[in-house]
Amino acid sequence: MNVLVCTKQIPDPAAPYQLDAETHFLERPTDQILDDTDRYGVEMGLQVAEQTGGSVTLVSMGPAGSLQGIRQALAMGAAKAIVIEDPALRGADSWTTAQVLAAAIKREEFDLVIAGTESTDGSAGVLPQQLAELLGVPSLTFAKHLEQDDGIVRIQRQTGYGYDVVESPTPVLVTVTSGVVEPRYPTFKGIMEAKKKPIDVIGLGNLGVSPTSMQRIVEVRPAPERASGELIEDDGEGYQRIVQALEQAKVI
Amino acid sequence: MKVWVFIEESQDEPAPIGLELLTKARAMTDAPAVAYLGRGSDGAFAQLGQYGAATVYHIPKDDRLPTAAGAAALAALAAVHSPDVIMFGLTPTDRDVAGRLSARMGLPVVSNGVDVLVDGESVTVVNEIFGGSEIVETEFTGPAPHLVVLRPKSFPAEPGAQTTPIVETVDLPDVGHAGAAVVTGSHIEEREGPQLEDASVVVSVGRGMGSAENLQLTQHLATLLGAAQGATRAVVDAGWLPYSFQVGQTGKTVKPDVYIACGISGAMQHVVGMKDAKVIIAINKDEEAPIFALSDLGIVGDVNKVLPKLIEALEAR
Repeated sequence: MNVLVCTKQIPDPAAPYQLDAETHFLERPTDQILDDTDRYGVEMGLQVAEQTGGSVTLVSMGPAGSLQGIRQALAMGAAKAIVIEDPALRGADSWTTAQVLAAAIKREEFDLVIAGTESTDGSAGVLPQQLAELLGVPSLTFAKHLEQDDGIVRIQRQTGYGYDVVESPTPVLVTVTSGVVEPRYPTFKGIMEAKKKPIDVIGLGNLGVSPTSMQRIVEVRPAPERASGELIEDDGEGYQRIVQALEQAKVI
Repeated sequence: MKVWVFIEESQDEPAPIGLELLTKARAMTDAPAVAYLGRGSDGAFAQLGQYGAATVYHIPKDDRLPTAAGAAALAALAAVHSPDVIMFGLTPTDRDVAGRLSARMGLPVVSNGVDVLVDGESVTVVNEIFGGSEIVETEFTGPAPHLVVLRPKSFPAEPGAQTTPIVETVDLPDVGHAGAAVVTGSHIEEREGPQLEDASVVVSVGRGMGSAENLQLTQHLATLLGAAQGATRAVVDAGWLPYSFQVGQTGKTVKPDVYIACGISGAMQHVVGMKDAKVIIAINKDEEAPIFALSDLGIVGDVNKVLPKLIEALEAR
């Protein structure tokens, strides 16, 4: 199967995030990392490609920067990457991004498109479904397990109470949750090979789309802070303060 | 203003988040309508009436994954009735339908919201970002309907209306290959004690517990307090507890009277799911852990030493 994996480079979540004061867009450093959620999608894509004799292509939109995050995914074993970067796409919303990714994906042959359930920096979680609708394929979402058999893709779809088993003929789009598979660590050989793998950086002109946003940020303000309370060092008797707090809250 | 709420059936009833959104819709308009995806029943429709639904567009479900066809059914309804706003919950099926509907209609959807503000014709969605430390307001600038996905527990669910809704049945249309996915089985995980979303006390665990075996302590504590157990994404990813225990951005949102965070550092992705608890008690070894910034009581110490004493004290009462 030919597998396309949607990946996103994001600012390292370990560092504090900041919004540009004027545009309200997230400030993105040159060195961005692969969204941790995407490592699971890449791993699942590689497993399917290995089982079926296909390959994995990465598709990503956003400031290319040093391409460090994309190279992380190539080092895991993806064959090539398409990166769409355009000044007009700064701060793009989900719907804009979906249209751009769909235009890029339609130029490729694919049986399976894999995306994360939601990005760690945006958390909207609607883009894969928008993409599936534009591609005219079913969207199998929240997959915690995936198997394929002769053109049929079967997943376990997480629900609040357990999971449903859902299956579909290809081509199909699947969104994966973190923790579904153990993402492989890039080998030294993989890291060296990734430096030579093709990364096609293109702009909107190459895709023939020019989506316009129909939403705008009108205000950003700090949230009211929750007053932090008492902090005590446990000296062996700290549990007594917890008992008191539970009494005060009238739950015991 | 015409306000619609998309509600999925859950265990033969309207999903709880749907009733929260319907309560909100009642404050925005006199006669909210519901698009109800599920088998449907007189009881379910009557319940929607108690929460204010004037009209119910009932979309019966079969064993197909209903998201692509559900979006097509909603698009057809919207083309006829021209709603101004359609609200969805931040649940798997709601998000699937909202996303597909957005693309089908060529309109944006603003997701992960905590409130909707209406001022004349203008519709604005309020989002909390960076673990709830910043508030962002996004206004729709394109044509209606404005599609909004809202987080659970953003509004209380309050009955209070006594409407008998007009029920109109709309079949799921054939959408070809896009609708070819089928649900072949359903697996419900057994769990004991109160539901995580409804419990007045939640005992939650993070990787700071050290090992899956140590969760016997928190399980024991939860039983003593009649509490539900929760977990961080890291704990679920490690396979210590199933996903249905997960609290946070990609898990459940809880607002209990007391939230006891055991060995939880307080990553943004976890905090958004529990920061609105009335009282937060945290036990963590690292005094710099972000969880302490929002805790009413923070104990800096070894959770596996504090908990046995706490359990002993509670058992002695």
